[in-house]
Amino acid sequence: MCLSIPSKVVKIDKERNVAVVDTMGVTREAGLDLMEEEDVQIGDYVLLHIGFIMNKIDEEDALESLKIYKEIIEKMEEEDRRELIEADDNCPNRGV
Amino acid sequence: MSELQLKDLYEGFRNPEVIKGFAKLINEEAKQLKNPINIMEVCGGHTHSIMKFGLPQLMPENINFIHGPGCPVCIMPKERIDHAYILAEQEDTILVTLGDMIKVPGSRGSLQDARAKGADVRFVYSPLDTLKIAEENPDKKIIFFAIGFETTTPMSTALIDVVLKRDIKNIFFHINHVTVPEVMVELIDSRDEHVDSYNNRIDAFLGPSHVSVITGSKIYEKFPKEYNRPVVVAGFEPVDVMEAILMLVRQFNEGRCELEIEYKRLVTHDGNVKAQALIEKYFEKASLFKWRGLGNVPDSAYKLRAEFAEIDAELVYADILPREEIEDHKLCICGDILRGMAKPNECTIFGTACKPTSPLGSCMVSSEGACAAYYKYGNLI
Ligand code: SF4
Repeated sequence: MCLSIPSKVVKIDKERNVAVVDTMGVTREAGLDLMEEEDVQIGDYVLLHIGFIMNKIDEEDALESLKIYKEIIEKMEEEDRRELIEADDNCPNRGV
Repeated sequence: MSELQLKDLYEGFRNPEVIKGFAKLINEEAKQLKNPINIMEVCGGHTHSIMKFGLPQLMPENINFIHGPGCPVCIMPKERIDHAYILAEQEDTILVTLGDMIKVPGSRGSLQDARAKGADVRFVYSPLDTLKIAEENPDKKIIFFAIGFETTTPMSTALIDVVLKRDIKNIFFHINHVTVPEVMVELIDSRDEHVDSYNNRIDAFLGPSHVSVITGSKIYEKFPKEYNRPVVVAGFEPVDVMEAILMLVRQFNEGRCELEIEYKRLVTHDGNVKAQALIEKYFEKASLFKWRGLGNVPDSAYKLRAEFAEIDAELVYADILPREEIEDHKLCICGDILRGMAKPNECTIFGTACKPTSPLGSCMVSSEGACAAYYKYGNLI
């Protein structure tokens, strides 16, 4: 029930207080009743839950997390490479 | 054009390489832990995600998951489901609720059964869909059976807001909204003399994702301070969960006991203030709410404020709604599972008498419940 999927705002209908959002390529409407006026703009990423926008996704923060994750992968790959080289260096069959 | 793509938000936080990276870091750092730690994920969404992505298998031996009570349909007691069933049976009445409620059995059966017997029960995606049903059926009474934690509570109040502002006369509300911090307290410090929750095994909490989007992280402040349990508010994606676990392990290793937020892209200290104001406007705390599997938990639910008695189905239909308590199934050990004293497969009727298609206890009721998640993703498949 809590599966709230990130969506992107593509249109805003002020009169009806709803936004049109893109969720994984599907367009649908979501109520803006829980958001302050002017808080949600076209192009924003938002979290949708049972027909309402419940909050905006902080882009800077999402990017920051993704950057840290990339560094973790890179570091892990480097360690894996180093382990491989070390194992090779210490190979008892060297010179055979 | 923004740097961030929608795709990043779906894929970046479930990237298997990142999960592996965090698993390595957690295993590394967990070597320094003085004692094993039991981490409770309070929210059923986390339970589902943890089982689906096989995260317990990635943990070292000294880190154990305890699956919490945060599945709103699982915790719905039979008494309340019976209310919905009885309301649905009334003449010229349409009972409206969220789809999750379909299969949950009360003592008379589920709402699906009620519908099969001719009752008009409608399952909607959003509370606002109720408006259309009311408009199309002006001669009928529409009862919205509201369920969910703090995540869905403001959506119900948004519907109430429209109903009152437009002076719609044929929509009523049966409120079953429950709150997270009170049940967390119950699990570690029960005030019920019959329940020995002091023996619980919970060392730390993974704070719920979307409850916290609404409430803010502030609702967990007392756990590190008064109960000596650290809390890290985590997103739903597997990478979020892994990162949050690493944060908890680091707290233990560094001798800290704090409230931290991993899910910073959506959770702030204060949360969604407008949503909170809507809840405050229409609801107040009910003094007691019975949780299926756990029993009565003080101050753990909302009810409509007295001034809105006219739309409160529990008052309007007080004459026909039974008040007697109904016992949970005797063999069900959900209460112990939620306190971290047992795992689902230790229940003697797990997977035999109790299955997702015929649940006998609360944890088997929806895919977010611990027993259902074990059944689906355990080796019983
Ligand atoms: S398997 Fe069923 S009866 Fe046993 S603890 Fe889980 S929900 Fe309760």
